Order: sequence, then C-alpha cells, then structure tokens
Amino acid sequence: MKALQIVETAYRATLEEQDDTVLWLTHSMKGAGADLAVLLRGNAVNYVVRGQDASGLRFGQEAQTRPPRIPDDVASLLAKGVPVFVVREDFEERGLDEKDAIEGVQFVARRELPELFERFDRVWHW
Amino acid sequence: MAERKALTFALMDPPYENERTTTALRLIEAAIRKGYDVNVFAYEGAVAVPFTKQARHPNPVHGRDLEQEDHPLPHRWVAALMEEARRRGVKLDWVNCGLCVDERGVFEAIEGVRRGGPAEFWKFAESSANTLVIPTK
Repeated sequence: MKALQIVETAYRATLEEQDDTVLWLTHSMKGAGADLAVLLRGNAVNYVVRGQDASGLRFGQEAQTRPPRIPDDVASLLAKGVPVFVVREDFEERGLDEKDAIEGVQFVARRELPELFERFDRVWHW
Repeated sequence: MAERKALTFALMDPPYENERTTTALRLIEAAIRKGYDVNVFAYEGAVAVPFTKQARHPNPVHGRDLEQEDHPLPHRWVAALMEEARRRGVKLDWVNCGLCVDERGVFEAIEGVRRGGPAEFWKFAESSANTLVIPTK
C-alpha cells in the first residue's frame, strides 16, 4: 500500500517537539517499512526553504538547546527514499523561487494534483 | 512612585499544537522585561501549558537519547517566566480556568498557577492597561 501524506498546517508544535509532527510520523513509519510520500502545500511549502534558523528561543533562564531543523528533516526523508512534492503555486505565491528549495524535492502544479493522488492507495490530509 | 501598569493575556491554545502559545509566552516575557505586571487567563486547552506531568523523551528519528534531545517543556517555560518576574520584582499572575482543568484532568500545574474562572478574567481586564486575546483556530 502506498500512502501520500499531505502537510498543510506548517510549524505545528515544531518549537516544542523540535520537529514537524507529520514529518516525524512519516520518518517513523518509513522506518517500520511503510511506503510513503509527502506533499507540502499551503504555508508548509516553506519547510523546504534553505537557511532557516529557529535557534535562540529562551524564556528567562530556560533555553531551547535543540531548535527544529525542518529542511534537514525533509532532506533526511528524501535520503530515506520518501518522495517530497511541493505545490508550485503555493511556493510562488509566497515569493519563493525553486532555487530557494533544498535539492531533491519535486514541484507539482495544482492542476496535476488529481493525477498525483491517483498514484497512491491512500491520501491523508493532515 | 507611579503605579506599575498591568497587561492581561488570554490564551486558548494547548501546548504542542502551534506557535501561537510560544508567541504569547514571548510577548509575556517582553512585558515582564519592560516592567509590567502580567496577568494570564488560560482558557480551554491553554490550561495544559503549565501542566507539570509533561515529560521529556528520546527521539529515535533524530537518533538522540533523552539527554541529547533535551526536549523543551512548556511548563518549564512558564516556570522560567515566573522566576523572571520574581527576579525583576513584577507580578506574573497565571489563572487556569478551573472547569477547563477539570474537563481535561490536568490538575498538576507548576507552583504559582492558581485556579479561577471567567470573573477572574474580567477583573484582570478591568485592572489592566490592555488585554490581548490569543485565540485558537
């Protein structure tokens, strides 16, 4: 069975969890043998932008020592053989250019999404 | 000496959900640093922010053990804000909606968090220079 994980709500719990919840789940299930792909849409397209730095969070004397590194987490998924798709229009609407993205992600147009969905047995929209 | 001004924050989001709570805590810290007394009315899921039974865990995806992961805990962030307020001689008064606590069973809150209700929020607002509501979506 092949499943597509659609992530639309971006930066959900990333500061507390130190990673994105659904990307983490995908990593974990991939490790258990699942056949998965990820589609980033909406604000979550920003996950593939290089040069993000979430370090420096501190409340009083309580510092966060391990900031999330979401683009690295996406790159790690790619390295594990999980395809990562990004909705091109959502990327462009935010003033981003494909050269801003980490290597290996695949851009898809909105009109191509039905065809993409057809390639999977399950589509889970988080 | 002029009386210190107070600001009131109403929070609604649970921890581990999105960045609104983190943003609220950053604003609260900024207010404390500026010398404001701060009131917080935590409503609905936000009553779990200072819940002491949040626990650290290792992260097998990152390949880090418990210590290496050094997982942040929102209740420790609130405790750090309480400490920062004490250190600066201002007041951080955090009220958890009691009925919301009951519904969720999150009774164990850090020291300094007290139980209250909507009337408390109204009193806070009346005695504050301003109120910022950070709702959930």
